[in-house]
This record gives sequence, structure tokens and C-alpha cells, in this order.
Amino acid sequence: MPKLARDLLFPLIAVVAAFIVGGILILLVGDNPIVAYRLLLGSALSWPDGIGYTLFHATPLIFTGLAVLVGFRCGLFNIGAEGQLYIAAFATAWVGITFASRSAWILVPLCFLGAILAGALWGAIPGVLKAYFGSHEVINTIMLNFIAVALVSYFTQYHYRVPGDPILQSAFVGEGAHIARLGKFIPGFPERIPLNLAFLLALLCCLLVYLFLWRTKWGYEIRATGSNPTAAEYGGISVRKQIVLAMAVSGALAGMVGINEVMGYRYRYYDGFSDNYGFTGIAVALLGRNHPVGVILAALLFAVLQHGGIYVDGFSEHITKDIVQVLQGIIILFVAAEAFFKWSLGRFGFRRLKA
Amino acid sequence: MSDFLTFLLIVIESTIRLATPLILAALGGLFSERSGVINIALEGKMLAGAFTAAGVTYAADVSFGMGSASPWVGLLAGMLAGLFIAAIYAITCIKFKADQVVSGAAINILMFGIPGFLSGALFLSSGSTPQLPKDHLLPQSPWIIAVAIGVLVAAIWYVVYKTPFGLRLRSVGEKPEAADAAGVSVSKMRYWGVLLAGVLAGMGGAYLSIGQSSLFTRNMTAGRGFIALAALIFGKWRPVQTLLACLLFGFTEAVSNQLQDLIKFPSGEKLPVQFIHMVPYVLTIVVLAGFIGSSRPPRALGIPYQKEK
Repeated sequence: MPKLARDLLFPLIAVVAAFIVGGILILLVGDNPIVAYRLLLGSALSWPDGIGYTLFHATPLIFTGLAVLVGFRCGLFNIGAEGQLYIAAFATAWVGITFASRSAWILVPLCFLGAILAGALWGAIPGVLKAYFGSHEVINTIMLNFIAVALVSYFTQYHYRVPGDPILQSAFVGEGAHIARLGKFIPGFPERIPLNLAFLLALLCCLLVYLFLWRTKWGYEIRATGSNPTAAEYGGISVRKQIVLAMAVSGALAGMVGINEVMGYRYRYYDGFSDNYGFTGIAVALLGRNHPVGVILAALLFAVLQHGGIYVDGFSEHITKDIVQVLQGIIILFVAAEAFFKWSLGRFGFRRLKA
Repeated sequence: MSDFLTFLLIVIESTIRLATPLILAALGGLFSERSGVINIALEGKMLAGAFTAAGVTYAADVSFGMGSASPWVGLLAGMLAGLFIAAIYAITCIKFKADQVVSGAAINILMFGIPGFLSGALFLSSGSTPQLPKDHLLPQSPWIIAVAIGVLVAAIWYVVYKTPFGLRLRSVGEKPEAADAAGVSVSKMRYWGVLLAGVLAGMGGAYLSIGQSSLFTRNMTAGRGFIALAALIFGKWRPVQTLLACLLFGFTEAVSNQLQDLIKFPSGEKLPVQFIHMVPYVLTIVVLAGFIGSSRPPRALGIPYQKEK
């Protein structure tokens, strides 16, 4: 079977299989899967709200999906996107508050830099620990997620909250740190929908990641390290450097979620804002088969589910939006166990597909 | 002086209570990781155990009138739920050689959603089970629990280090090729490791919902599965050290209020609770990097075993 067909076929099978299993679960709890799925998927297609919110939800997932992808390509598993995006979002807000009086020409690049650098630094920590101390990045990124969440919650609670505000959130960033919502440019698309320029930045990042990984020397060295570190080392590539670099780039990409959240949506840091974006990023990268185009498609799928989840919650009696979480878990499980499909295809006589 | 003794007693009691779910999950993780299978899914298994135990205890109590026997039925159900989730994990990782970290993450995401999904259908609530009567819970006395935990740790230590089963388990985690050549079935030992982890983590979850508390609430484990994983690494994958690590983490949680008053910043500001929460995670990173002593994982940890043809 050609590679492209396989790249499209297996994710598709995984998604369909997950929907079937999910449908059986819905039936078991006494609801109609067709009605539930129509709510879940259909609500994303309405104009302008459905499409607007779906693209808005897709934005952070593209960033985190790319972050996980870059790690994977270097043979690293970045489970730490969640922590990286929290640190970065807080840093974005910190810059936006500290330099609030500056004009947009200065403040926007400064906030971008804040998000990217903070994410890169937090991502580089497990990279350094792996490269120079040999400790596993999976464990360290998990631990750093908890540390990040505690750290930003501390700063918000004790230093950057408006006195008397019962909600754990920072003060507002300066006007100069706001980036435009797409409603400004698209006729008939209301500005209350928070879809903003960060979405276009996310698409641009897909292109940049592609060019970086497949068209530059650094990207080549990262991929070489990922596919065979021993051979890469013999080939004169410093594996340690690549590990730190890949984790920093990965963290920077996750950090850009802060741009969408702080500069385009809430205009402040809101504690606990992430709807598991970092973990969903793992699903996005895997389902997208670690390719930037795949990441966009997978991010759109999960964004549709996330948006539809709200409707399911409101309209159906037995089914809650938790079904989204369940479907997501089953999808990754199926993607992870690709061998399962090869095995079952083989059993049903489709031997030609097994390749 | 007697004030201090009373305080000490309270701290010891709450340390035991808070450490128990960690100990159970971490010792479960020990079986799995010593056999060579990474277990970042402890969190998901604890959630499965906690939700099932609370739901089944409620059903046993209200629908079947089993009275004071119901928490025991619930505990058993929680362990079976952990076992069931572990079986899914084991099949994907061992039979289909899926990436262990990926499937572990998938299990966590799945189990984050399942309790909410089922509680909506079964109890028409959004993520919690109904309240259980106070006298239909697992034993509350920390001393009974301490004895039970002591016996369990001793048994696990004996099994891991003094029985042929333990030797085989450790050997497939260190050098699966050698174990295979010596006639040990790598897959079988890894199934045992992962399934035992499921039972123990499920038990830990059950203790959370029907021991420490009297109902299941949304995401009630709140990262305890990961603290258990941290304790396992901090305890260098050894039963007794892991127990001590869990007690240490339980202790920091138990005295977090007192610590806040005790340690002050130079500015006079109280130590924020967030910094106390970080302790287990920071310690794990430090130990894993070898800054204080060193913690070496089982050699074959995370690598699916491909039998030579």
C-alpha cells in the first residue's frame, strides 16, 4: 500500500472505530447515538458561530499538536506542553501588564517574545535534564506540568491579581497588547467570536515547522537524532544539542497558545484556562501522523468535538460533554495500537493491506 | 507537652490516611515498571477504582440492602475496575506493542471522561456519585490501615525479592532477551505486572472515594496517580523506599498548613501552599537527574519486547 494512502487510512479507521465504540457506549446508557452525534458534529457547521468557535478551539490545538510533533520527530515525548503553555501564557500577560503603556508596535512583538521565550525555556529544562543527566523526559515533563501550574497560580494569587477580585486572574494587559479578532476583517462575522489573528499564526507555524524540519540543516539533524541517535552521533551530529533544541522549539510552539489566550481572547491571564490543550496536543500529533498537515486536520476534528460537547451537554439528558473526552481517549488508544488494525485486517482476509 | 503529643498524633494519623492511596498505587506501579512496562496510567486506574467503588457501594447499600458489607463489595469492584482498565492497557502495550507512554496517556484521557459520562447516565449528576452513609465506609482507624499497609508492603517485598515469580518479573524488566532464553515468558510476566498494578491502583482509588471520602467527585484523584509515580521513582523502584517516599509526600500534605506558618519568606510573607504542593515533583526531578543519590529505572523499561524469530 502506498505511504500516503496508509497515512490517511489508519487515522480514518481509528476515528471511525472510536465513534463506533462511543456509539455503543451511548446506546448502553440508553440514548440515541445518531442524535448525540448529530449534535456533537453538526453544531460545528453553522455560520458564523459554529465555524468561528471551531476554528478558535482549533488554534491552541494546532500549537500544541505541533509542539508534540517536533518532540516526536527528535524521538522525544513532550507531555509537558500543558505546563509550557501555562508558563508562557502567564509570561505574555506579565509583559502586557508590565509594559502596558507602550504602543502596539512595541508591545505586540514584546508579548510574542515573552510567550515564545518562556515556553522555550520551560521546554528546554527537560531537554537539558535528558541530554546532560540522562533522566527520562516523560517523567520530567509530567512533574514540570504540576510545578508550572503551581507556580503561575502562586504568582497570580499573590502578585498579579487585582485586589479584591474573587476570581484567580491577573489584571488586564495594556490595549497595545491586543491582537485583532477576525471579525474585524470578515464581513458578517461578529467580533464577539474570539477567533483572532493567532489562528493565522498557527497556520503559519505549520508551514514554518515543515520548512524547519524538512528543509533546514537543524531540522535534518533533529530528525536524524529521532530516527537513530547512535547513527546520528557517529555522523557528527551532537545528539545532546539536538535534544535541547527540539525541546526548546517544542516549548516555544506550545507557548504560543498564550498569544491566542491572552492577546486575542481574554486580554489577561486567567488561572486554569487550558482545557487540557497540552494533552489533546498528543492526540492531535498522533492522529495527524506527526505531519503539519495532519496536525491541522486532527486539530479541526478535536475542535469540532470540543465545540459540539457544549451542545450535547445542553440538549441531551443522559449524555454529558464527557463523551468528548471518552472519544478522544479511544481514538488515541486505537492510533497507538495500529498493530491491532493490521492484525484484524489480516484476520478478515485483507492481507494486501497489511504492509 | 501533651499539646505537642496530641498534635503529633494528629499529624501521624493524617499522614497515614493521605499516604495510603499513594502507597497502593505506587506499589502497583512497582510491579508494572519492574516488569518493564511504564505506568503513567496509574492516575486513570485510580479514577476507575474510585468511581466504581463509590458507585457499587451505593448500589449495594441502597438497591441490595447489603448494609455494612457494601463498602467491601465496593472495594472489590474498585479493584476489578482497575484490573479491567489494566487489561486494556496490557493488551495494547504487550500484545499489540503500542507505545507505552501513548497508551498510558490515552487511558488517562479516557478515564478522565468515563466517570462523568457514566454518572450522567446512572445518577443524572455531572461527575459525582451520591453521598454514602458515614457508617458504610471502609475502616476509618488509621491504625488498622497502617497494619494492613505494613502487611501488604512486607508481602510485596517478599514476592519481589524472595520468590521465583519476583525474580522472573525483575528479569524481564532488566534483560528480557536473557529471561526469554532461560525459558521465562516475557509477555506473561509483563501481563502479571500490569494487571497487579491495575488491582492495586484500583484499590488505592477505592480508598480515596469510600475510605477517605464518602462519594466520588469529578477528577477526585487530582494528580495522585502522578504523585504515586513520583514516589516510585523517588523510592528507586524498591518497595520499602517507595513506601517511605509515599509517607514523606503524605506527611508534607498533612502538615502543609503548619509548614505555612513555620516557614516564612524574608519579607514576612507566609510560605504559599503552592510551593508545598511542588515538593514531590521537585524532589523527583532532582533524584532522577542524580543530584541526590541516583535513581536508575529498570533497564528494559518502556521497550516492547520483540521475540526473535
